[in-house]
Amino acid sequence: MRFKDVFSIIGPVMVGPSSSHTAGAVRIGRVARQLLGRVPSEADIALYGSFAETYRGHGTDVALVAGLLDWSTEDMRIPRSLEFAAEVGMRVNIRRGAGTVPHPNTALIRLQCGPHRAEVLASSIGGGNIEVHRVNGFAVRCSAAYPALFVSHRDVPGVIAAVTRLLSAEGVNIVSMSVDRKGRSGEALSVIETDENVHDALLAALRALPDVSEIRKIDVTGSRCA
Amino acid sequence: MRFRTLAELAELCGRENRTIGRLMLEEQAAESGRPEETEFAHMLSYYRVMKEAVRKGLTENTTSRSGLTGLDAQRVMSRIKAGTTCAGDVAATAMAYALAVSEVNASMGRIVATPTAGSCGIIPGVFVSSQERFGWDDEKMVYGLFCAGAIGYVIANNSFVSGAEGGCQAEIGSAIAMAAGAAVELHGGSPEQAVHAVGLALKNTLGLICDPVGGLVEVPCIVRNGFGAVTALAAADMALSGVRSVIPSDEVVEVMYEVGSAMPEQHRETAKGGLAQTPTGRAIMRRLRETWQDRRE
Repeated sequence: MRFKDVFSIIGPVMVGPSSSHTAGAVRIGRVARQLLGRVPSEADIALYGSFAETYRGHGTDVALVAGLLDWSTEDMRIPRSLEFAAEVGMRVNIRRGAGTVPHPNTALIRLQCGPHRAEVLASSIGGGNIEVHRVNGFAVRCSAAYPALFVSHRDVPGVIAAVTRLLSAEGVNIVSMSVDRKGRSGEALSVIETDENVHDALLAALRALPDVSEIRKIDVTGSRCA
Repeated sequence: MRFRTLAELAELCGRENRTIGRLMLEEQAAESGRPEETEFAHMLSYYRVMKEAVRKGLTENTTSRSGLTGLDAQRVMSRIKAGTTCAGDVAATAMAYALAVSEVNASMGRIVATPTAGSCGIIPGVFVSSQERFGWDDEKMVYGLFCAGAIGYVIANNSFVSGAEGGCQAEIGSAIAMAAGAAVELHGGSPEQAVHAVGLALKNTLGLICDPVGGLVEVPCIVRNGFGAVTALAAADMALSGVRSVIPSDEVVEVMYEVGSAMPEQHRETAKGGLAQTPTGRAIMRRLRETWQDRRE
């Protein structure tokens, strides 16, 4: 089901004017920001389809940048996000993307901060809901409707079992999971959406697992999540 | 959620002797793993945002940043006060409240997407005006929102709720259907009647294109919210009177998907067709582009 619960229909509380072009855009930007794990110094944003055609009128640009600042959809500062971005030293480039994409409201975001990089392809599918399609070159399936773990690891037997064993020991329930790899025994990315918030100690334990190189937690579920 | 269609939803309510709103609260709590009280309180906080948006739209300056829209809700309220409405005060008040919330949205104020921001006026328009008229308490209204949410959940998962995917029918049409079904339940109608209201309402917006002038959620979106609130009341009255949707509501939802899928790109929120590409629509877009260039550089 693309829409998970009652609050994906009634909600979010948001600053207007468009749930897909404003609120959804905030959440896409926020996913990218949390995957980078820090304030980006460079943000390159390519817009596709209706995003590219109408972004000025809907404030999609200020919304995506508000997300890059890790703000929520109801933050009253959204209309002025570009000023805040300039203040924290974020250089933003917004352009029209070329080629075909999976959905009319799609953005490709490339972030950089020193050696750290994140690349996210995501669409806004209506009512502020989003779908993340690709992260750092890996195909993923993630709605961001739940907290999610992005686990970078080597493609060897037992890694996913070790991760899920730790989650299960802490009573964390998995909502959805997707795995993609660049090649056999090479780099892989597992995306695990969870019902419960994954606390820092558990994150540290997961990070310490053999063959796990990096873990990012994203949570753009808003004020209702602990 | 234990239902995927409107028929399943009504059947489940009948079997467990629940209203749609009550059942959806239980389903939501089961889905989220949070207590019913938490989910209820969360929805109540949303209802308060809706009421605040109505108040704001009726009392504050809602002129949008483009200058294209604003203050229409207050114009309608003046006419109601003068006692000269054509549609009657009940319909006109629902309409004015819906316009108010949509104008708050267009002026970058805070609203609840129901199901989207483009259609955020219809449910508050119907709900807040009905609450005032009948003296209902907030608790009743919150159950009404869970009912509206259950209907929207089925529509969204079997069709779509974004103008970019399915045209305006997917946004305004879905909101009207949700408001109509919830209004039936608020007035004591059965789940089956609520589901009929959904089909009746949806049929009236099939084929509606999304053609916002300048790509903004303003023209014609705001007035469509006003019309939508009135249509929702009409659909609820039909269903409560025993009018049935001859084509079952789930099949109407399928038709919305079929029509939306066949809709050309220029009529799905791109501002490349429809009202956006009329001579006046194009002139407005040109003027806005020039203004934005000035502002950015």
